[in-house]
Amino acid sequence: MTTSATKRDYSLIGRDAQRAVETGLSAAEWYHTDIPRKEMKELMKREDGPAIRDTALWLGGMVVTGGLGAALWGSWWCVPFFLVYGVLYGSASDSRWHECGHGTAFKTRWMNDVVYQIACFMIMRNPITWRWSHTRHHTDTVIVGRDPEIAVMRPPDLFRLILNVFGILDAGYAMVDMLRNAAGIISREEKTFVPAEEQPKAIRVARIWLALYAATIVAAFAMGSILPLMLIGLPRLYGAWHHVMTGLLQHGGLADNVIDHRLNSRTVYMNPFSRFVYWNMNYHVEHHMFPMVPYHALPRLHAMIKHDLPAPCPSILAGYREMIPAFLRQLKNEDYFLKRSLPPTAKPYREDFEPQALAAE
Amino acid sequence: MSDSWIAVCSRDEIDEEDVMRFDHEGRTFAIYRSPDDAFFATDGLCTHEKIHLADGLVMDEVIECPKHNGRFNYKTGKALGAPVCVNLQTYPVKLDGDTVYIAIG
Ligand code: FES
Repeated sequence: MTTSATKRDYSLIGRDAQRAVETGLSAAEWYHTDIPRKEMKELMKREDGPAIRDTALWLGGMVVTGGLGAALWGSWWCVPFFLVYGVLYGSASDSRWHECGHGTAFKTRWMNDVVYQIACFMIMRNPITWRWSHTRHHTDTVIVGRDPEIAVMRPPDLFRLILNVFGILDAGYAMVDMLRNAAGIISREEKTFVPAEEQPKAIRVARIWLALYAATIVAAFAMGSILPLMLIGLPRLYGAWHHVMTGLLQHGGLADNVIDHRLNSRTVYMNPFSRFVYWNMNYHVEHHMFPMVPYHALPRLHAMIKHDLPAPCPSILAGYREMIPAFLRQLKNEDYFLKRSLPPTAKPYREDFEPQALAAE
Repeated sequence: MSDSWIAVCSRDEIDEEDVMRFDHEGRTFAIYRSPDDAFFATDGLCTHEKIHLADGLVMDEVIECPKHNGRFNYKTGKALGAPVCVNLQTYPVKLDGDTVYIAIG
């Protein structure tokens, strides 16, 4: 057991960021399972059908549950409808933001772009800033100081995690970012991953959103009711739990500063409802290895390469059963992480690249 | 220009609507065969983070980079939006018999 843990500096302009660039850990060449080109092309193939169906279900579900919730407002009968509406608004938007940001949900470009903008608004992520932050997340996945999307830093801030189950901190920061961007200010950290020519676009979107939220607040005052906010804005809080629950599983408790997604990402088998809300991102090792593969082809990709990957977690519960004890151990020793062993059929980890990840306990 | 034509491969080595990597004298290129059976060539590495485009996906006249899904028109080299902002260098290609040639210049 290591006793003197290494203090991590997660700032994008700090010590670890600089070190990752100097050592070549940033922008490194990551491990990929070998897949013949013909099969890869089949997997990467784009379609409109699955995403049109899922988007109709998603937005249609919101119209129905939001409509019934609003109609029954004032009675307890509205609660179940808002519970579902909240998850569709505050959680399914996370996976739609993600998949459409990659441009893989639909074959038709404008459909990706429209759903991307809608989802960004709901999940409160500036479509410009967050496209670039996610680009960096794929270049430098869980590389300390480089990845702007590390959900659980070490040592874990468990209080923050609990608040975020209700979107409290994330939505708060999102509002501050929106106000700052709307005032024409791009932060120093944002400047490290958003190119200068893209920054005015981020400012324009923030101003449009500000106007939409202002209109919602005005409507709430005019009606003397929070109902408009229950439909726009607040579902980001009361419906966030599902995307937080699934999102933490992506990398939580696993290795950092490695360049093999088998060590730092987690694939989890999930129930069909969660897979619909999460758009199959439970196949997370597969997604990171091959971001070109659309969500609807990830189960096929998983079946094709699972011989080369650590065994997936059999359920969400099993994922939490291994992750929570790991978080608790990281409170005492931030170098601790869950090691992922490979099946005998897999290509071994590159020992020269991953000495820490393979040796530590 | 004609002096610098370099043989790349035979036409059947690239499927329709696909791309192939071609390395020559320390440089790397991507050679495309469009759905209407014409051949094109660009630099082999994405202008965003130097990833091999030949591992990407060809759709009509677009090549999508395998790393962050950045898109280029491989006929013109034009970058089609974030995260790719810098155009790709394109190169002349000709078909002589069954052989694909590229003029690297
Ligand atoms: S490396 Fe090609 S889009 Fe990023």
